[in-house]
Amino acid sequence: MEFFRIRKDIPFMRHALVLNVISFITFALAVFFLATRGLHLSIEFTGGTLMEVEYAQAADIGRTRAAVETLNLGEVQVQNFGTSRDVLIRLPVRGAGAAAGKGGSDLAAEAFAALCKAEQGQVGSRQYTTPQGEQVSRSSCTKGDGSEPLKLQRTEFVGPSVGAELARDGALALAVTVLGIMIYLAFRFEWKFSVAGIVANLHDVVIILGFFAFFQWEFSLAVLAAILAVLGYSVNESVVIFDRVRETFRRMRKLNTPQVIDHAITSTISRTVITHGSTQMMVLSMLIFGGPTLHYFAVALTIGILFGIYSSIFVAAGIAMWLGVKREDLVKAGGGREHDPGDPNAGAVV
Amino acid sequence: MNRYPWWKYSILAVALVIGLLFTLPNFFGEAPAVQVSSAKATVKVDGSTAERVSQVLGAAGVKADFVQFDGTSVRARFADTDTQIKAKDALGKALNPDAADARYIVALNLLSRSPAWLTKLRALPMYLGLDLRGGVHFLMQVDMRAALKQAVDTYASDARNALREKRLRFSGITREPAGLTVGFPDAASAEAGRGVLADRLPSVQWSTESAGEGSSVRLVGRLAQQAINDIQAQALKQNIETLHKRVNELGVAEPVIQQQGADRVVVQLPGVQDTARAKDIIGRTATLQIRLVEPDTAAAPEVVPSRERDGSARQVGLKREVVATGDQLKNASATIDQDQRPAVSVRLDDVGGRAMRAVTRENLGKLMAIVLYEKGKGEAISVATIQGEFGSDFQITGSFTPQETADLALLTRAGSLAAPMEIIEERTIGPSLGAENIAKGFNSVTYGFAAIALFMCVYYLLFGVFSTLALAFNLLLLVAALSMLQATLTLPGIAAIALTLGMAIDANVLINERVREELRGGAPPQQAIHTGYERAWGTILDSNITTLIAGLALLAFGSGPVRGFAVVHCLGILTSMFSAVMFSRGLVNFWYGRQKRLKGVSIGQVWRPDGSGVGGAGGTGGTGGGAGSARPQVES
Repeated sequence: MEFFRIRKDIPFMRHALVLNVISFITFALAVFFLATRGLHLSIEFTGGTLMEVEYAQAADIGRTRAAVETLNLGEVQVQNFGTSRDVLIRLPVRGAGAAAGKGGSDLAAEAFAALCKAEQGQVGSRQYTTPQGEQVSRSSCTKGDGSEPLKLQRTEFVGPSVGAELARDGALALAVTVLGIMIYLAFRFEWKFSVAGIVANLHDVVIILGFFAFFQWEFSLAVLAAILAVLGYSVNESVVIFDRVRETFRRMRKLNTPQVIDHAITSTISRTVITHGSTQMMVLSMLIFGGPTLHYFAVALTIGILFGIYSSIFVAAGIAMWLGVKREDLVKAGGGREHDPGDPNAGAVV
Repeated sequence: MNRYPWWKYSILAVALVIGLLFTLPNFFGEAPAVQVSSAKATVKVDGSTAERVSQVLGAAGVKADFVQFDGTSVRARFADTDTQIKAKDALGKALNPDAADARYIVALNLLSRSPAWLTKLRALPMYLGLDLRGGVHFLMQVDMRAALKQAVDTYASDARNALREKRLRFSGITREPAGLTVGFPDAASAEAGRGVLADRLPSVQWSTESAGEGSSVRLVGRLAQQAINDIQAQALKQNIETLHKRVNELGVAEPVIQQQGADRVVVQLPGVQDTARAKDIIGRTATLQIRLVEPDTAAAPEVVPSRERDGSARQVGLKREVVATGDQLKNASATIDQDQRPAVSVRLDDVGGRAMRAVTRENLGKLMAIVLYEKGKGEAISVATIQGEFGSDFQITGSFTPQETADLALLTRAGSLAAPMEIIEERTIGPSLGAENIAKGFNSVTYGFAAIALFMCVYYLLFGVFSTLALAFNLLLLVAALSMLQATLTLPGIAAIALTLGMAIDANVLINERVREELRGGAPPQQAIHTGYERAWGTILDSNITTLIAGLALLAFGSGPVRGFAVVHCLGILTSMFSAVMFSRGLVNFWYGRQKRLKGVSIGQVWRPDGSGVGGAGGTGGTGGGAGSARPQVES
C-alpha cells in the first residue's frame, strides 16, 4: 500500500503568501478571542473547590444548583460530567467577608451536606472493607431506608496562592521550552530556521489557546502539559523538513530556494501524514476511552497535532523562505562532500 | 552489512529479560495483608517483631504467605480476606494487651501478589497514585512567621528568667520580628546583662545602644540568619514528625508525608475516604500555650475569649510570657479529676517542668490560662487558679466533655505543631473512581496501540510487524523503568504512556519511509535497509531532542500530576530511541541480514513515479504499478 504517489514536487511555496495570510488571520482571531473571552481556567489556577458527585438516578442539575446556592457562595457552576448521573460542582474561593474562622477546604463538606439535605438524606461516615481487604472509610449520605441517593466521588481544593504559583510555573515552563528549542535549532541548523520553527509552533500554541478561549473549554494543568508536549512534538515536524531542506541544498545544486523547500516538503509529506495519523489514533483512543478526565487533554493534543502538520509545512518553511534561507547558510564552505559516494541518488533530480 | 555482532544481540536480550522481569510484578495484582507498625516513639519495630508476628500467627493457627520486615513495619500477606481479618484480630490482641494504650498499629493493607523471588530481586510493582487508588491528598503551608514569633517569645521569657535569676535590673523586654530589645537603667548592668544573655541565648547576637534618655542603655539582640533558618527547618521537621504521629493514630497503612519546598508538607493517605475525619486529626492546626492571666484586661498585651462551663464567652487578658508551649508536652491522657469532671492529665518535659515550677512558686493564688491557638486565633480552654507549686505533672480542667478531653489528649499526645499550618490544597478521590480511572487509562493505551499496530502491519507489512514489536518492546521497557524507579503511576502518567507510544512510532515511520525511498531510488534491498536506518537516525535524534526539551521543562516546573506526566514522557523518549532504532534494527538484521542474495524486502508497495511499482518482494507486496497511474496526478 502506498498513499502518496507524487510524481513532481508540489509547489507549496507558490502559495506561501496566501497560506501565511490565512495563518495570520487564524492567529489574529485566536488572539482576539483570548483577549476578549479569556481562558476558562480550572481551579488549579484560580483556586477554589471542585466536587464530583454521583447520583443514584439521573441528576437534576437545577435542584443540585439550588441546593448549593443556599450556601451563598457567589458564582457556582454545576454541570454534568461524563454521564447524566455524574455532576461536577465548582465553588469559588470563599470571599473575605464570609471567610471568618473557616478555611476554604471545609466548603466541600458543607456543600455535600447541603446536597444530601436536598435529597432528604443524612450525612454520616461509612467504614467498610474492600474485597481486597483494604480498610476504607468515607463520608456518605444515607436515606432512612438505607439507600444512598448520592456519593461523593472526588473533591479538590486549591488555595488561591497555590493557583497563582501554578500559573507562574506554567508560564515559566512554556518560556523555557521555547527558549530551549530555539537554542537547539539555532545550534543544529541556523538562526533563520530557529526563528521560523518557533514562530510556526508558537502560532500553534496560540491557536490551541484560541480554541480553548472561543469554546470556553476548561484549561487545566493537564491541558498545559498537552500543549507543551505538542509543542515539542510539532517542532519535530519542522526539524524533519529542515533536515531535508539541508540535505536537498547539498545534493541538488541547480534548484533555487523555493524549489528546494518544495522538494523537501514533498519528500517528507508521506512520513508527516503517517506519523501524525498514528499519533492521532492514539490520541483519539484517549478521547474515546479516556473518560472526562482526559477529555480536554486529548482535545488539546488533537488540535495541536492537526495544526502542527499545517504549520510545519506551510508556516515554518514559508517563514524560513521569507527570512531568506540560502544554500550558504546550511552547506559549509569547501563543499566537496556534497556528493555522498555511497548515495545512489547523488546528483539525481527527481 | 546488515549484521549485528553477537554483543549487540546480547544487549538486546538482556534488555528484554530485565524489561520482562521488572514489568512482571505489575500483573500479579494485590493480596490482603496485615501491617504492624509502631504506635509510639519508644516502640521499635525490627526483625524481632517479625518473628513475634510469625509466632502469634502460628499460635492462632493462621497461615500467612510470608511475614517480612521492610524497614519501618512488618507485613504479613494472606491468601484471602477471612484469614486476613482473623490474623488482624489475633495480632491486635497479642501485641496490644491494653487496648487503651496501644503499642502497635495493626492495619489492614494490600500487598503485591507477586512471588517472593521477584520481590527479592527488588522487582516491585509500580505504586498507584491517589487518582488510581482513591485516597486523600493534602498540601499544607507552614506559617513560618508564626514559628519565628513563637521562638522569639520563648527567647524573651528565657531572657527574663535569666536576668531575674542573676537579680539584674532591667526595664523591659520588647519583642521584634526577628530579635528582642532589653532596656537597662545603666551601662554597668547592661554589660553584666549582656554577659548573662550571651551565655544563655547563644544564637542571638547582642549589641549595645544608648537609649537616649539619661544613662539608660538598650541591648539589642538580633537572631542570626543561620538561627532563623534553623528555627524554620526545625519547625518544619517537627511538624512533619507530628503529622507522622497523627497519621499513625489514624492507622493508615502506607501514608506519604514529605516536605515540599521550603515551607510546605504533602500528606497523602491512600484508602482514607473520609476527609472530614482525616482532616480533623491531621489538619488540626492547634498549638498550645500555657500563660499567666493579666487580671486587668485593658493593660493586657493580648486578650482572648475563654470558654466557660455554661457556654458563655468571657474575655481573658494574658501576660506576655509563655510559661510552656505545646511542644514541651510529653504525654497527655484523658482522666477524671477529684470533682468527677473530665480532665486532661499532662506531663511536661524537664525544661517545661522547671519553668512551670518557677512560675507557680512565684504566682500562688493567681490565675493561669491554657490557650489553644487554632488558625491564628487563641482561645483559653482553661483558666484556673494556681493552687500550689507544681512541676512537670499536672491536670488541665475546663469546660470539657469527655469526648473533648479524649481529642485534646490525642492531639497533645501526638505532639503539638511547632508552627501553625494551613491546608492550601486538598484532593479526595473515591475508590470506585480510582478503579474507573485505571480501566479508562488501560483502555486508551490498549485500543490506541492496537489501532497503530494494525495500521503499521497493513501499510508496511513485515517492516510494520517489526515496528509494532519495537513499539511493544518500548512499552515493556517504559513500564519496567517506571517500576524500577518505583514511580507513582497516575492517570496523567498513563496518558503520557499513550502519548509517548503514539509519538514513538514516528521513529519507525521515518525509518520505513526512508527505506522505501531508497528502494524507490533503485538501491538494492540490503543497501536500502542500511542507508535507510542510517539516514533516519539523525532525524530521529533531532526530533527526540526537541520533544525532550519540552519534557524536561515540564519536569522542572511542573508540580503534582504534571510532574507524573513529565517523568513518563521523558523516560518514554529515551526508551523509544533505544527500541525504535536498535531493537527494530536487530529484528530486521536477524530476519534479512543473513540472506546474501536478498531480492526484496517486505515493506509494502514501493511506488515509483515512472509507474513501475516494486511490490513488496517475497510475494507479500501489492502490485502497485497499475494502481499508481490511477491516482490523480499533481501538476506543478
